[in-house]
Amino acid sequence: MNVNDIPVIDTDVLVIGGGTAGPMAAVTAKEQNPGLRVILLEKANVKRSGAISMGMDGLNNAIVPGHATPEQYVKEITIANDGIVHQPALMAYAQRSFPMIEKLDSWGVHFQKDETGDYDMKKVHHLGTYVLPMPEGHNVKKILYRRLRRNRVEIENRFQATRLLKDDQGRIAGMVGVNTRTAEPIIIRAKAVIMATGAAGRIGLPTSGYLFGTYENPANNGDGHAMAYHVGADLANLECFQINPLLKDYNGPACAYVTGPLGGFTSNAYGERFIECDYWSGQMMLEFFKELESGSGPVFLKLDHLAEETIQEIETVLHTNERPSRGRFHDGRHTDYRSRMVEMHISEIGFCSGHSASGVWVDETGATTVPGLYGAGDMASVAHSYMLGAFVYGQICGESAAAFAAEREVPTLDEAYIAAELERIRAPLAVTDGIPPAQMEYKVRRLVNDYLQPPKVTRKMEIGLERILAVREDLPRLCAADPHELLRALEVQSIIDCAEMAARASLFRTESRWGLYHYRVDYPEQNEQDWFCHSRLYKDEHGNMASGTRPVAPYIVELGEEKDAYQKLRVKKAANA
Amino acid sequence: MPTANQRTSVPVIVDEEKCIADKGCTVCIDVCPLDVLWINPETGKAHMKYDECWYCMPCEADCPTDAVTVDIPYLLR
Repeated sequence: MNVNDIPVIDTDVLVIGGGTAGPMAAVTAKEQNPGLRVILLEKANVKRSGAISMGMDGLNNAIVPGHATPEQYVKEITIANDGIVHQPALMAYAQRSFPMIEKLDSWGVHFQKDETGDYDMKKVHHLGTYVLPMPEGHNVKKILYRRLRRNRVEIENRFQATRLLKDDQGRIAGMVGVNTRTAEPIIIRAKAVIMATGAAGRIGLPTSGYLFGTYENPANNGDGHAMAYHVGADLANLECFQINPLLKDYNGPACAYVTGPLGGFTSNAYGERFIECDYWSGQMMLEFFKELESGSGPVFLKLDHLAEETIQEIETVLHTNERPSRGRFHDGRHTDYRSRMVEMHISEIGFCSGHSASGVWVDETGATTVPGLYGAGDMASVAHSYMLGAFVYGQICGESAAAFAAEREVPTLDEAYIAAELERIRAPLAVTDGIPPAQMEYKVRRLVNDYLQPPKVTRKMEIGLERILAVREDLPRLCAADPHELLRALEVQSIIDCAEMAARASLFRTESRWGLYHYRVDYPEQNEQDWFCHSRLYKDEHGNMASGTRPVAPYIVELGEEKDAYQKLRVKKAANA
Repeated sequence: MPTANQRTSVPVIVDEEKCIADKGCTVCIDVCPLDVLWINPETGKAHMKYDECWYCMPCEADCPTDAVTVDIPYLLR
C-alpha cells in the first residue's frame, strides 16, 4: 500500500523510543511470540540513546526479598506521592521488580553484591531500603543492544515519530514520522504501538541558559506526550512537575543516592544537614527550595568530611557511569570533593514519571486510554518508576501489545489525516527567512521558566499561557534550512504543546500538592475534600485541550500510621538549640 | 523576517590527525543522541556542526582512535 506515493511499512508491534523501556518492550514482544514482526523506531541510535546513554549508577527502587516487600514499597511510594497514585500499577511493578533484577543479572548487568553474594542494598528512602548500587553500570545499553539483535528486532534509527494514527473505530493504527537526516517521511501501519519516548525534559530553560544543558537527555523533548495528546489519549497529573536537585550549571544529578550510604549529604551553606532524607520527593524539593532561598542558602553536596578512600570510591562511581563528564566539570572549576562542598541548585521543570508522577495515563497492563496503544518508562504515568520501572513496564507493555496484535486484523488507515500530517512535517522546509527553531524554542522555554516554574501564581500562569499561545500563532513562520533543523522545528512544536499542557494542568488543580512540584501560592493548602483525585488532560471532541478528574482506585495497601511521614522531612532543631 | 548567522564556540573537539572518518569510520556520528556530529565536506573528518551538546560522551568513549574530546559547553563551565 502507498499513501501519497510513500510505501507503507506493515508491522505487528511498533515500539517508539529505543532508550530503556523500548528495547525491553521490543525484546519481550518477540519473546512472547517470535512470529510477530516487531519494529523499534529511535530518533537517535539505539546503541546510545535515551536517559541512560552512558549507563546508570544504581537502582533507586529495587524491591529485594529480605529487604522489603511489594506491599511496603507500594505504601512508601503512595505516601511519597501524597496519596495520588494508581496502586494496582505500583503493585504490578513491585511484584515484577525482583524477577527483572534477576533477568538483567542473567543478561550480564552488574549489580553490587556483598561478600556473601547477596544484593548489597542501601537505605536512602525515608522508610524502607530500596537502593541497589551499580558501580559498573556503564554497560547497560550494550547489553540491551545485544538482546535486540539476538531476538531479531528490526531497528530503524534516526527516525522521529510525529503523529500516531487511529482506525475508524478509535483503535491505534500506526504512525507517521520523518528521517532526521534526509527529511524523508515514513509511514508505519501497526496493530499495536508501545510508546517509550522518555520524559518531556526540554520544556523549561536550565539556569545556564544553554538550550541543551537540560537535566534529561534533550532528545527527550516531549514528542511522545504531544503525540499521545493528539491521538486522543489521556495524560495524568501533569501539574506534578519534575524538579530535581542538581549540581548547579552542570545540571546533572548530585547523586545524594550514591553518596548517602557512604556518608555524603545535602547541606546548607553552614555545612548543616537540613533534610532527613535525600530521596527525591516533592516535599524534599520544597525544603530544598526554602533552604536555597533562605539566609542559609544556597544548598551544597557535602563530602569534604569523608575519608580519602571513600571519596575515591565516590569519584569512581560518579565520574564513570551516568554522567561521566562530571569530573571534567569539577576540574574546570578546581572543585575537589576533599576540600570544597559542591554548589547545588534546582532543575528546570519537566514531565517525568521516573522521578515524579506526570505522564500519559497507563494502567497496570501498560494500556493508555486508546485501545492498542501502550506506554512505558518516563513518559507513562506510573509514579517514581526510575530505570527499573522502565524495564518492568517495558516488559508489561511488550506482553500486552503482543497479545493485542495477535488478535487483530490489519488496521485501516486514514489517508486524509496522513496527507495533512505530511504537509505539517514539510511546512518549515518551505519557509525562507522565517523564525529558526532555536529562537522559537528559547522563547517558549523562557516563558515556561518565567511563568510556570513553582511557586505557581494563578495570574502569572494565566499570562504565561497567553504568551505561550502567542508563540503558537508564530508557527506558520517557523523555518528549517536542512533536515536537522526540521528535526528541531518539529521538536519545538511538541515543546509548545507540552508548555501549554503544563500551564493548563497547573491552573486546573486549585490546591497545593506534591511539595514544590505543585506549590500554588494562592491555594497553599492540600485539599483532600476536592482534590484527592488524578487530574486528566485530553483533547475533547472539538479539538480543544480539556481537563477533568479521575478517581483514585481503591487502595490495595493501607497507609497506616506512616501516612504523613513525608510531610516531616525537615531536620528538627533541638528545643535548647 | 531576514536572519543572521551567529558564531559559537563548540564543546566537541575532533583531532583531525587521529580521526579516520575519511577512511569510512562514522562511530561518533552514529552514537550521538543529538545528531550534532557530521562529516566536514572540506576535510572528510568528523566535526561538530550544531552546538547542541548534552556533554554525555558516547562520541569520546566509543571513538576507536581517541580522536574526540568533549569539553563542558562554555556557558556551563
